Amino acid sequence: MSADDPRSPSPRLAGSGFRFASEQSGAPLDDLYREVVLDHQRHPRGREPLARVDASAHGFNPVCGDEVEVRLALDAESVAGVQVTGRGCAICTASGSMLAELVPGLDVAEVFRLIEGFRDLLRGNEVPPELDLGDLAGLGGVARFPVRVKCAMLPWVTLEDAVRSHAIGHAAGVARAGKEEP
Amino acid sequence: MNADLGVEIRGQGSGERGDAGSLDARALRGRFPALGRLINGHRLVYLDNAATTHKPLAVLDAIERHYRLSNANVHRGVHTLAEEATAAYETCRHRVARFVGAADARQVVITRNATEALNLVARGWGARLGPGDEVVTTEMEHHSNLVPWIMLARERGVTLRHVPVTDDGELDLAAFARLLSARTRVVAVTAMSNVLGTINPVPEIAEMARRVGAVVVVDGAQSVPHLPVDFATLGADFLAFSAHKAYGPTGVGFLVGRLERLEEVEPVWGGGEMIREVHLDRATWNGLPHRLEAGTPNIAGAAAFPSALDLFEELGLGPVRVHEQGLVAYALDRLSSLGFLRVHGPLDPARRGGLVSFTDPDIHPHDQAQVLDNLGVAVRAGHHCAQPLMRRLGETATVRASFGVYSDHDDVDALVDGLMAARRYFGS
Repeated sequence: MSADDPRSPSPRLAGSGFRFASEQSGAPLDDLYREVVLDHQRHPRGREPLARVDASAHGFNPVCGDEVEVRLALDAESVAGVQVTGRGCAICTASGSMLAELVPGLDVAEVFRLIEGFRDLLRGNEVPPELDLGDLAGLGGVARFPVRVKCAMLPWVTLEDAVRSHAIGHAAGVARAGKEEP
Repeated sequence: MNADLGVEIRGQGSGERGDAGSLDARALRGRFPALGRLINGHRLVYLDNAATTHKPLAVLDAIERHYRLSNANVHRGVHTLAEEATAAYETCRHRVARFVGAADARQVVITRNATEALNLVARGWGARLGPGDEVVTTEMEHHSNLVPWIMLARERGVTLRHVPVTDDGELDLAAFARLLSARTRVVAVTAMSNVLGTINPVPEIAEMARRVGAVVVVDGAQSVPHLPVDFATLGADFLAFSAHKAYGPTGVGFLVGRLERLEEVEPVWGGGEMIREVHLDRATWNGLPHRLEAGTPNIAGAAAFPSALDLFEELGLGPVRVHEQGLVAYALDRLSSLGFLRVHGPLDPARRGGLVSFTDPDIHPHDQAQVLDNLGVAVRAGHHCAQPLMRRLGETATVRASFGVYSDHDDVDALVDGLMAARRYFGS
């Protein structure tokens, strides 16, 4: 594992003089907040407004009050641009930032495959080997913190809403109702 | 000074370390088995007492004793076990009446929790309300003292009004006075905010409400386990609280009411226990309080709660209050001096109960709580079932540390150390 491997634990505590329990007992705090996660949280990508918004959705986590807004610019076949804004914890913010980095260029089927693969990762299931999760793999530690799964999924269920509202809106002229739980 | 509660308390907590009244918190911890746990290699520092407190051995033993020896249903058998179970259940009612200063045990309805008690008032007493009637609650209520009234408004066309919260985290009593009118039928208010810690002046509020003929409903979930209370002088018509925030079992709560008001409460649940005579097509109701308690209750829980009340009688609510006020003073002092936190609620420890909510502008409450948990410190992060108050504060969530009889200065120090660790952890 190299230092920038998203699976490697954070080295941030080394030399800080402070020893987290995780260093003694193996509790996976550093596995939750991996270096790649903290990097996305500190410097979230995809915050800039889009020139054109074709679909958008608002996501809300009633457990913690976190909110995410996903806006999409769509070409005929694929996602041209993504903006993710909102207020959330480190996991939610990092997940939204990774979303903004990964999704542009994907077609709708690829978007849904990515969402499903990410869900598998968070549930501790096997991710299809052909699926490249990119930095999202760095959120694999969330699987060991069940209450944080919703934090990681919030941007993605919001993306799902935005895509579906657009697809259905085009197909039937009606907005999609209901939201799938992560 | 706690004249707000109609009860005089001697002694003052201060921000000085070591001045926490006469309770020996560390010795008390020995009675609470869960507090002996190690969490991620650290001593459990339990600062989520506003969500639920831990249970002393005496309570755990009483639950087990009930099931092992006296298990039977209540109020419906002549055998020895049934008599014992009924006696234990009714002892709980009598002990609660004495604890809150209600003259008659029939004034105590045993429910599942404070939420159910508040719903019972909103549905059972609210059944007499209709369009044109107004219910006044406040912006700082827990959802359990908001949603039942929202449901009543939906079902019966009642109008809701809300007392705003000032920037200091107190109720705006001048605005409250302006909301009151002959149309006001109910004033529902918390005695102590579960987010801000604010102790509301219930006797004053009740007096203002009664002047316009309104019924006063007090959510005592946070106040009853931490502040002396005297129902007879509180001025309330109804007082709701739960056992599990008072070192008792979950699944047991109480609605204490004036008898003449309780007589006006329509039964909300029908079934066994609450009836006198049943025909196929009609029934008559039992008397108070059984009329409002349908079905088999949490007998073991009720049987065990007096063992938690023993703890309060042993320590005294006055000394408990002094102890927790001393801790909150120390916590306010230490948290404020960190310099990076926004601390919510009144700054005067005398005006707040033993809890403190805060936010770090740079770290989300969930992330702070995660780091704290890693150090064995249990706090609550979230909206605390008070979303309207969160909006008023301009926050989506806060971290809340809340104290109990077994909390001490070391616990506050562990919290502060953990918050600084979170800063280092997430600092760029």
